[in-house]
Amino acid sequence: MTPELGQLALILALLLALAQSVLPLLGAWRGNRALMAVARPAAAGQAVFVALAFAILAWSFLHFDFSVRYVADNSNLELPWYYRIAAVWGAHEGSLLLWILILNVWTVALAIFGRNLPEAFAARVLAVLGLVSVGFLSFTIFTSDPFARLLPMPMNGADLNPVLQDPGMTFHPPMLYMGYVGFSVAFAFSIAALLGGSMEQAWVRQARPWTNAAWGFLTCGIVAGSWWAYAELGWGGWWFWDPVENASFMPWLVGAALIHAQAITEKRGSLRAWTILLSIFAFSLSLLGTFLVRSGVLTSVHAFASDPRRGLYILCFLAVVVGGSLLLYALRAPKVVGGKPFAVVSRETALLVGNLMLAVAAAMVLLGTLFPLLGDALHLGKVSVGPPYFGLLFPLLMTPVVLLLPLGPWLRWGKGDGGLLKGVLARCAVAALACAVVAAFFVHGEPKAILGVAAAVWVGAGVLLYVIKRWREMPRGRRYPAEMAGMLLAHLGVAVFLVGVLLSESLSVTRDVRMAPGDTQTIAGYRFRFDGIKQTVGPNWHAEQATVTVSRDGRPYGTMHPQKRTYPHDRVQTESAVDAGLTRDLYVALGEPMDAGNLQGAWALRLYYKPFVRWIWGGGLFMMLGGFVCACDRRFRGKRVAAAEGTDEAVPLPREARA
Amino acid sequence: MSRLLPFIGFVLLAALLGFGIWWNTGHDPRTVPSPLIDKPAPDFALPELDDPSKTVSKASLLGKPYLVNVFASWCYVCGEEHPVLMTQANRLGVPLVGYNYKDAPGDAKAWLADHGNPYSVVIADRSGRTAMDFGVYGAPETYLIDAKGVIRYKRIGPLTPEVIRQQLEPAIAALKKEAP
Repeated sequence: MTPELGQLALILALLLALAQSVLPLLGAWRGNRALMAVARPAAAGQAVFVALAFAILAWSFLHFDFSVRYVADNSNLELPWYYRIAAVWGAHEGSLLLWILILNVWTVALAIFGRNLPEAFAARVLAVLGLVSVGFLSFTIFTSDPFARLLPMPMNGADLNPVLQDPGMTFHPPMLYMGYVGFSVAFAFSIAALLGGSMEQAWVRQARPWTNAAWGFLTCGIVAGSWWAYAELGWGGWWFWDPVENASFMPWLVGAALIHAQAITEKRGSLRAWTILLSIFAFSLSLLGTFLVRSGVLTSVHAFASDPRRGLYILCFLAVVVGGSLLLYALRAPKVVGGKPFAVVSRETALLVGNLMLAVAAAMVLLGTLFPLLGDALHLGKVSVGPPYFGLLFPLLMTPVVLLLPLGPWLRWGKGDGGLLKGVLARCAVAALACAVVAAFFVHGEPKAILGVAAAVWVGAGVLLYVIKRWREMPRGRRYPAEMAGMLLAHLGVAVFLVGVLLSESLSVTRDVRMAPGDTQTIAGYRFRFDGIKQTVGPNWHAEQATVTVSRDGRPYGTMHPQKRTYPHDRVQTESAVDAGLTRDLYVALGEPMDAGNLQGAWALRLYYKPFVRWIWGGGLFMMLGGFVCACDRRFRGKRVAAAEGTDEAVPLPREARA
Repeated sequence: MSRLLPFIGFVLLAALLGFGIWWNTGHDPRTVPSPLIDKPAPDFALPELDDPSKTVSKASLLGKPYLVNVFASWCYVCGEEHPVLMTQANRLGVPLVGYNYKDAPGDAKAWLADHGNPYSVVIADRSGRTAMDFGVYGAPETYLIDAKGVIRYKRIGPLTPEVIRQQLEPAIAALKKEAP
């Protein structure tokens, strides 16, 4: 009975979503305040019913209700309770429900915090979010019902994909969805502005914290996913340019561009059309990501259940949402343009170049992701562009971004101060060169590693110099407003990330070896001794666990226990052993026994030494933190609507600077 | 007009995605045929596993169609595939060449001794360099090469009775028909 209540809750939520989208739009059009006022209560009601449906699905998992097909497919009696909760979003139907729940959380938050928006505008924003919700709710109800019954009821369920039975993976989808869905707020603001035919800078200011927070969540989700791939897949890689990864990376790139475009539009009023276009793109790419993952159009190492019928639905939805908004943009954008002119050397130009590069990079990733499809369509045969394509083009496109990054804060809006800039450029360049020369001795002349050090110091020095300058020139309490602190943190994150990527890529040592008990291997000064295999059991798996003793310079260093786990239904999952460190990771993955009959004999092992690999995720975490800190800025709360048009909080006036 | 460009771009993209859905209803997206299909097999000359002084080359195998099965003792899936080869290899009517991939000769010999040897000859590629020319993704893989030395069929992953019945046997039958 309870699952039917869940279904009912979803249907009621759909009806409320329809009310939330249609009535306020009519109201805003006709100037009817009663109809506009429907938006808030409808959004709240919808959220209640969606939360109820979600809770009921979780309850079904906790109570092993295997008469629900989704529960039977994704859990069993041995699955621990925390993974039964995670199983709610472990497959297609439930993850859609999570998507909708998060959309509702964002909508309700906006309904609460957006009280000081003009009535008609707020009504339109909530209505657009309601429309998105209608699309997803009807998709769930008509093609992917999580509450469908399974008769006769099985005694035990299948299992949650063992790949997902990992703490990192448990939080990966919700974080990612927080990001994807968060871009819907900026999207709704833009569509509402296009519908209303005007775009106030104050509205953009209110949209900014949502974009920053969404981007922070997306960063967190991507970092979690990357960390998980590294720890679990046993290949020691952290990014594979896989279609599913690309699906989350494209909105991230466009989101990063959008953050900067919104800053320009809010402060200067310029580039309104570009900001609108980017916010449409960011959300469209989030939808496209869902499409790519769920439709089975592209194959990927992430083998999700896919279904062409669902793909067709999402495509139609995509066509309506994205096609409709781009058409609206084409018709209405001329109405909202405006802003101030800016010089060639100005912060606008720097941000715009960075913006274009990020957008082009997203387009490049899109092209590479869809290339196999293009190959089919144009009868070029099965082609796929792999890491070589991305590995060549992405760094190329990001080089100008990295070069411009430390300069952004030093440039002034409208026009630049060439003299000040030259000094900063020179100091950054000297620091980068000096560090590169020193580093060259430590990295045995490896060019990529030297480049990594130089690039990171270039970015880092620019950020630090700016931190010092603010410290010296601004009175206490006004030195680092949250918006700026967030920006500096995120930019510092880029420097940390660069160290991680370039050093770990160039200095890693990998060894595929066959080891019998007692055999040793030495890489990068660490001696690994294989001490044999023993059996272990976990809550719902059993495993062969190797003992690998590590020593350095003859002194014992530690013991590592890579596992090969077998989950119910003979699903095998490697569990690598990682000894994490600030400057290097040691990584051991257990392969196969050389002789399947003799587990005590020799095994295939993969040993890795990965210097600075942790900095990759560290950089990501800095960027995430930057997004969140920035979103907390008091200026965005909308109380002081009269703020800062034309004034410039980020850069002190040159007179002060020289004083 | 320029403001319509994003919309036009999206229409093209949507058309492509729609095509993708239509295409996948008729095709299995997981078959990734090698770019070498219907191209001549790369020239190779590799030592025999049992007697490294003898080499087997592409030239020495010309004249008759044959199968090349990439395997290794360290490869878990090869162990699953092996019983299928043991029972079906001599039914196929073409020689089955074992291609021992990145393996220690001792391990490979012990593995074949334990599990049986379905191959008419086994060649060893310890470095994996020739396998790169073949475009080997990993073991197991199987190539069907015709009398002129052209790759006609490729299977990535293990051969199963269904794959043999539905794909490999028709491909071999087609070759036999071509032959005078």
